[in-house]
This record gives sequence, C-alpha cells and structure tokens, in this order.
Amino acid sequence: MIRAILSRIRQGHRTMPYPNEPLAMPERLRGYPRLTLASGNEMSGDCPYGAYDPAAGGSLDLGRCLFCADCPVAAVSFTTDFQLAVSRRDELIVRPDAGRYHAERLSAQLLKLFGRSLKFREVSAGGCNACEADTNVLSTIGWDLGRFGIQFVASPRHADGLWVTGPVTHNMRQALLDTYAAIPAPKIVVACGACAIGGGPFRGEPEQSDGIDGLLPVDLYIPGCPPHPATILEGLLRLIGRIS
Amino acid sequence: MIAAAHSMYNGSSAPVSAIPELPLDRFLETIMDATGHGWRVIAYFGLPRGVATPLYCLLAEDAEGRLAAMRTVCEGDCLPSLTPACPQLHLFEREIAEQCGLAIEGHPWFKPVRFHRSWVPGRDAWQRPADDPLTVGVMEFFQVAGDEVHEVAVGPVHAGIIEPGHFRFQCHGEEVFHLEISLGFQHRGIERRLIGGPDLKTLRQMEVVAGDTTIGHALAHCMLMETLGQVKVPPRAQVLRGIALELERLANHTGDIGAIAGDTGYLPTASFCGRIRGDILNMTAVLCGSRFGRGVVTPGGTVFDLDAARCDDLLKRLQAVRRDLTDAVELMRSTPSVMARLEGTGTVSREVALELGLVGPAARASGLKRDVRVDHPFGIYRMTHLPLATGFHGDVCARAAVRWQEAEKSLDFVEEQLQQIPTGGHRTDSCPLAANQLAVALTEGWRGEVCHVVLTDDQGRFVRYKIVDPSFHNWQGLAMALRGQQISDFPLCNKSFNLSYCGSDL
Ligand code: SF4
Ligand code: SF4
Repeated sequence: MIRAILSRIRQGHRTMPYPNEPLAMPERLRGYPRLTLASGNEMSGDCPYGAYDPAAGGSLDLGRCLFCADCPVAAVSFTTDFQLAVSRRDELIVRPDAGRYHAERLSAQLLKLFGRSLKFREVSAGGCNACEADTNVLSTIGWDLGRFGIQFVASPRHADGLWVTGPVTHNMRQALLDTYAAIPAPKIVVACGACAIGGGPFRGEPEQSDGIDGLLPVDLYIPGCPPHPATILEGLLRLIGRIS
Repeated sequence: MIAAAHSMYNGSSAPVSAIPELPLDRFLETIMDATGHGWRVIAYFGLPRGVATPLYCLLAEDAEGRLAAMRTVCEGDCLPSLTPACPQLHLFEREIAEQCGLAIEGHPWFKPVRFHRSWVPGRDAWQRPADDPLTVGVMEFFQVAGDEVHEVAVGPVHAGIIEPGHFRFQCHGEEVFHLEISLGFQHRGIERRLIGGPDLKTLRQMEVVAGDTTIGHALAHCMLMETLGQVKVPPRAQVLRGIALELERLANHTGDIGAIAGDTGYLPTASFCGRIRGDILNMTAVLCGSRFGRGVVTPGGTVFDLDAARCDDLLKRLQAVRRDLTDAVELMRSTPSVMARLEGTGTVSREVALELGLVGPAARASGLKRDVRVDHPFGIYRMTHLPLATGFHGDVCARAAVRWQEAEKSLDFVEEQLQQIPTGGHRTDSCPLAANQLAVALTEGWRGEVCHVVLTDDQGRFVRYKIVDPSFHNWQGLAMALRGQQISDFPLCNKSFNLSYCGSDL
C-alpha cells in the first residue's frame, strides 16, 4: 500500500488541463488542411481516394481524406490544427476561399438530457483498431473523459448514443443496426474516423458499405485516419456545449 | 534443408520457375516431414483458379534461419487434410477451402474462417447454394452435452471498445471445457483487392491490415517491394524503421501490461500504463505526425527524416517513459495479490504451443525460442543483436513477464539507436517490380511473426498476395489457454494474448 502511494506521488497528477489551456500538438501532425487555389498547370498527382477534387478552384473532402504523409496533391498541405469535427457531412468539404466549420452543440432539448451525462456504446464495424484505440485512450487518466460526464458503456440499453468506427463491413452491418436499435431514443450517432464516415482506405470495396452515411443519421463527424484523441475530444466538447 | 523445396531467406525473392512443383502427395508428405523435423509453416495458400488449384507452402526453420518454398497443383475439388497430424495447419486449410472452394477432406474442424464467398465463382467448399446469405458466425459450433453443461455465447459486440468476434464457451458450472472462436466480422477483402496490384492505395491498406501493427505490416510489405524492385534501403532508413517498430512494440506491451493489471482489479498500474502508452504513441507522432505510425515507412526507406533536435526530444521522452514504466511494473510485481492472480492462469504448455505453431510473446512465454528479429533478422536487426526474452510456464504471468522483458529491451534498443543514426539519405526511389517472382518477408510485430508473400505475373503485378498476421497462428492458443479455467478468467487470458481481429479477418 505504501509503495502504491509512493508510486502515485512519483507518477504525479497527469490529467491534461485542456480545454482550459491549449494543447501542444506534434509538429508533424496533419490536421486542418491549407489549400492553395488549384492552378491546373502545376505538376500535381491525383488523390487516390478521391478526397481532393480539382474542379472549381479545388476542394478537399475531410471525410475521405486520410491525411497521408506523402500526399501527392500539390494544392494540399496540412496545419497542426486538430479541430476537425463537424455536425453535417457537407461541412467536411474544405475550399480555399470558403469558411470554416466546427461541430455544433446539441439542440436545447438534447443538451438538457445529455449535456452533463452522455453515454456511448461503441461498435467497431471493420475498423483497423486504431480509431478504436484512440477512442479508448480518452478514458485514460491523461484525458479523463469522465470529468466531462462522457463515458463508454457496455450495454446499448444504457447508452445515449452510438459510436461507430470502421467502414461497416458486410459482416458487421446487422450487428451495427441491431445495436443502434437497442439504444433507447432519443439517441445520437458519432462517426469516428475516415472509415466510418465514408469507407476510408476501403471506399468502394464490395465487402463494406462506405461507412454509415445512408445507414444511420449522423450527429458528429470526426475526420482522420485515425483522428487524434484531441480531435475527438474537441468534437465532443463542442457537442455538449463545453467549448464553442 | 528440405531437399524438395527451394531455399530462401527473409526478404528475398526467387523466380517462380525456381520453386519446385511437386506432385500433390509428395508436397503433403514434405510438409509432414519438415514439420516433424523442426520446421514450421509460415504461409500455406492457394491461387483461386477454377479447376486446378496451385498451392504454395512456405516453411521456416528458426535455429539456422532458413526459409523454404514449394508448390503443387491440386486437381479437382478436394484437398486431403494434414491438420489431424499437424494442427498448426488447421486455419490455413480452412482458409484455402474458403478462398479457393476446395473441400478439405478429413479436416476435423471444417468450417468457414471469414464468411465470404469463394473467389472462384460457383465453387464452394461447403456446397452452399449461391443465394445462401453466408451469415457470419452461423456454423456448427462444437458442443459438449451432459447434465449441468451450459453454453455461453459472447459477441460480436463486446462490453468494451474492442473489435468484434464471437466466442462460444462450453461450461460446466464455472469451468470452461471448451472455447470456440468464430471470426470474420472485420473482413474487408484485403487479399482479394491486392490481386492485380500494387496501386496507389496499397501502402495505406497495408498500414491498416491491423492498425496497431502499422509498422509491422507496412514494413513487411515494403521489404517485398524492395526485393522485387532491387532497391537498397539506406542504413539511416533501416535505423528509423527499427526505432518505429520498437516504439510500436513498447506502446502495445505497455498498454497490455496495464490492461492485465486492470483485469486483476489493480488500478494503479492500470492507470499509469494507460497514460504511459499514450506517451509512447506521442513519440511515434514525433517521427511521423501519426500516433500509429502512418507514414513512417515507404518502399525504399522512410517518408520522414529525424533531425538532431527531434532525436534529443525523443531521448528525453524515452527516459521519462523508462522511469515511469519501470515504476508501474515494479509496483505490480511487488503486489502478491496481483501476481497470485496471474500465476497458473491460462496455461499453454510448450507442447501445445509447438503443435499449434504459436508465434511471438505467446510462444516465447511457453518456452519456444522464436523471434524473427533473432532467427531471420531483417533491416537493422542484421546489424545489432537483440537478446531473446523467453518464459517457461506459459501462463498469463509468463506472458506478462515476457512482454515486460521485451519492453525493457525495446527501451534499450531505441535509446541506443537514437544515439547512432547513420548519416546519409533516408529514402531511395522505388523501381518497377520484377516479373514472375515469389518474394517473402517476415517481420516481428509486437504480437509476433508478420508474414507477407507475393507472386508476380509477367508484368510484375500481384497474382497473389498472402498476409499472415501473428494472430492467425495464435487464436487457437487462446482457446486452449481457457481449457479447464474459470470462465471469469477469460478477460485476463484474452488481454495476455491481445490478438488482432482485423489482422486475422483481413
Ligand atoms: S492526404 Fe491522402 S487522402 Fe488526403 S488528399 Fe492527399 S492523397 Fe488524398
Ligand atoms: S479510419 Fe483509418 S484508423 Fe480509423 S479504422 Fe479506418 S483505417 Fe483504421
């Protein structure tokens, strides 16, 4: 017992002060993109995932983008801004001259129900376990998601929302829909990662469904492959109105 | 030496014409003979081709670091099973059945693996009609009958944030007589899609075969591309890759040691390790911007270089990780109630581990001395010697101990390598792939041996690309660990293996 107390003192208090203080991000993090106007005559590769569309000055779909280290598209570069989550699918389309979107807080009625206590049931539907892992990490002491009243629970019956990772493989489709159905209404849905939003690296393959768009109504889109935990937390805090 | 096979070494390729094509019976005899003489099967797969199915088998002998490849053609719809005498083949044979539509005659456990349609239209190993929906998890589970025997079914959706799989326990009271594991829920069609490759999406798809083994799989893939393109990887890149691979191991071992502590109800180590694991992932993000190593390796080298300032930053972080992790683990090891819970739980004997062909820390914990970094060294491991961590008892305690020893060695390795990164470039341009070749690459991911094998056509495109995640070898080890245990021991046993669902499901 003494040893445990001593260790506890040595290891210290490690919960990060975010959102009261800013978070330091790795310099090489690929966060919110910076787009230059596509001139059309430069030497530029195509995006193999169809995330970048050179038409009309160029646009990048953050729902499809995998934030590749080796992005061949000349008009695309990335900043370390981790705030990527939005509330509507079309808000994921970034254009060089258009505005910036963030996730919106829940409606007054839902906020009253979930604002101080929000429980999710997570379903991994073909994910590679990285989106799952960086969702899980939010429950460690460093992030301590519990301090915001947000928790992941074992039973859909105890949940207020469904948390989806993965492109929805054919083999997980029914289990995903059943889990959604088992959550009592009103309920919300979060699409975490490029796979859940639109199939990610597997978009177009017949074994999966290109994510949950069209299968379930989505309340929060969190881009990334996988999203940084800060990206996930920021989206959630906006959703419950803790930051704006 | 297997006289009938072509000898190879890790990260090499050979013309397909040099791989001996044996008559089927001789091919099967050779597998039996070799596995009886210290060899083990690292890959066994078919080319889905209508009537006659070409089959390839690759074997490894660890004591002297040799690999061997051979092939045959199976005419007709049926392949004799070797599983009854050679259990390490049981999933490979089921996979061949499912992909190529071959019935495996005499297989004691003849069931689908991933619940997808055969790659040969109209040819199904189980003669299921074309309109059968092939519902995942619906199969004949082994059942124990008798008074007070009951069955517990868990999954695909589990209690925590983990991947889906279905587990059937046959229990007598609390005691588990038998556990059967049915997977396939994460099946994304990766091997099917690779036929005709590579293309611009291939590397990223290799990084996400199992997202917690991004470096392990991407590295194996790059090794294939490099041997086929005859590209020499600069020494600087080899070191950077080694650092990334060991950070991946360190992060996962740390997380799992914490999870094991958590499952015994010992929260201090659980919460310390959860946080420390995150610190290690952040070190990988210093390398490449991604906590999971996305964008570290690329055919020919690495995407990013590592400057002196980043090296210093990493060294400082590493020191803090070493201090905190050592403290967290020592705390757990000095707590008798935790250790007593781990000792004797979920034992896999050396004999069983050997028969099932287990790999990685799970094999080493049962006393098998096998580690690709030592036995078939690749990249930086050719230049530096890593001591092998082994256990003896094969229980949860041994698996946890082996993981801790390996974590310590990874700490030493990363620290040493960060101080002596060779000068020079970190990336060579890739070249077109050689035609009509078979190439093989093994890496030691944190769960164990990652094996990638490729066959190219006369344009240098993939005819067949085989991926074997270590979990594919080890799932049956987990099932055996549960025999005779309390069902409440399952989470603890499961964490000590922590196998990949998506890596097996592909
Ligand atoms: S980062 Fe990757 S997915 Fe995004 S635009 Fe570039 S190539 Fe496409
Ligand atoms: S989005 Fe990327 S990290 Fe997330 S599950 Fe899909 S492949 Fe894995």
